[in-house]
Amino acid sequence: MSTVTLDDRLGTGWRKPHFITNPTLRWGLMLGAAVYLVLAIGSIEVNWSRVAEGMSRGWAFVTSFFNPDFVSRGGDIWDGILESVIITITSTVVGILISIPIGLGAARNIAPLPVYLVCRGIVALSRALNEIIVAILLVAIFGFGPLAGFLTLSFATIGFLSKLLAEDIEEMDRVQAEAIRATGSTWLQWVNYGVQPQVMPRLIGLSMYRLDINFRESAVLGLVGAGGIGATLNTAFDRYEFDTAAAILLIIIVTVMVLEYLSGIIRAKVQ
Amino acid sequence: MLELQKLTKTYRTGDKALQNVDLVIPKGQVLALIGPSGAGKSTLIRCINRLVEPSSGKVLLDGTELTALSSGGLRKMRRKMGMIFQEYALVERLTVMENVLSGRLGYVGFWRSFLRKYPQSDIDEAFRLLDRVGLLAMADKRADELSGGQRQRVGIARALIQDPRLLLVDEPTASLDPKTSRQIMRLICELCAERDLAAVINIHDVALAQMFVERIVGLKAGELAFDGKPSDMSDAVLTSIYGEEDWHATIRQVDEDEAETPEPAQ
Repeated sequence: MSTVTLDDRLGTGWRKPHFITNPTLRWGLMLGAAVYLVLAIGSIEVNWSRVAEGMSRGWAFVTSFFNPDFVSRGGDIWDGILESVIITITSTVVGILISIPIGLGAARNIAPLPVYLVCRGIVALSRALNEIIVAILLVAIFGFGPLAGFLTLSFATIGFLSKLLAEDIEEMDRVQAEAIRATGSTWLQWVNYGVQPQVMPRLIGLSMYRLDINFRESAVLGLVGAGGIGATLNTAFDRYEFDTAAAILLIIIVTVMVLEYLSGIIRAKVQ
Repeated sequence: MLELQKLTKTYRTGDKALQNVDLVIPKGQVLALIGPSGAGKSTLIRCINRLVEPSSGKVLLDGTELTALSSGGLRKMRRKMGMIFQEYALVERLTVMENVLSGRLGYVGFWRSFLRKYPQSDIDEAFRLLDRVGLLAMADKRADELSGGQRQRVGIARALIQDPRLLLVDEPTASLDPKTSRQIMRLICELCAERDLAAVINIHDVALAQMFVERIVGLKAGELAFDGKPSDMSDAVLTSIYGEEDWHATIRQVDEDEAETPEPAQ
């Protein structure tokens, strides 16, 4: 090791060291990535005549946003919205109720290992299966309609909420909980006094956020037959009624924005 | 009243936090436990109410072997051991009153505690204790609105409402300024005298301990290194307990109370 003196250093420049020190490897990787990107893009086939044809159809869709038709399918839209709201609320409530015990079980600092593994398994399963895939399966089992949508979103809520709740419990202040245990409390009392107050704001915030997500998802799930406003939207597309579809999309957008705003207010309040 | 027999704790990492600690504390005695960080003071008091499970040895409280109890029996006995913590350990989002009443959790059923419907006698006692520690007006404040000294007073009220026979006190003054520290120590010792409670107080501040307690026990590397009156404290004793980090280290071999600890703590 040669010792560097201050005099050697003064007057010399300084640059941040490269992330990859070996210059051959560094340039090789960059070049390789660039070549792959060019080839990959080149492999995507574009049918330009089809695009030209589709452009006009897309344009018709966009222009219909300027005169959305809320009226001629008004009854269908209203029924769809109502169904979506019911799916959203029921699935969020049921999902939260099931998530709380699973979240407790999935927190390594309070659950024994076997319980932890089972609960983490449920969380992983729920998160691994995309809503659409679950919805297709449940539609196959329960038939078209809101029941499949409700079950799908409840299942998805469990994965989301349990995981984040468990992580919040794992980060809680251990000493506060320890103090409650030292009073001779039972396990349930300990959870109620030592754990719950610490995680409650996060739980409320996440629940509001999930309500918002579930509404948006309920619009998508209708496309695979799981009921709700998505089913109405799908029908509108099938009939090329872009003005009705536009009306539905506008309603979804506004509802999501309102929900987002409300959940923001509530989350700020409970902190 | 409290008796530790060959109490030993080895953590899973292999750290020997306590090694064959024997200690007898008579009723009503307030004892200070001193020793360097990592000597096992916190482990010792947590082994008494089994927040930390001892590896071997026995803990007896009024003849009941705590170390042999099932979880239900342990809960019943924990009610008899009030605990006061270093960083107060109040549940910050609960009110002062809820924090005090949580000391009664071992006595009331789940639904009563869940609905916060405590028996009137518990509520009266909570108000009495809050008045005694000077915080009656704060009953409905949230715990995180209080200052350090006030929080520790709530912590004391929570421990006392358990109607304990013994107080386990872990560094009660470590986060407090010198004046508040004295007030808190004085309060703890007064309350112990009023109620004839025994107490084990972990404390770093040796001078503060000498000022208030009747017996001091020194712990070093998990073993007892001193047991005597506050007036028996001397430079030599302190050297034997804390010695490895200061200039007394070179003369440590000639000190008393050292027979069983050849290795310095760390």
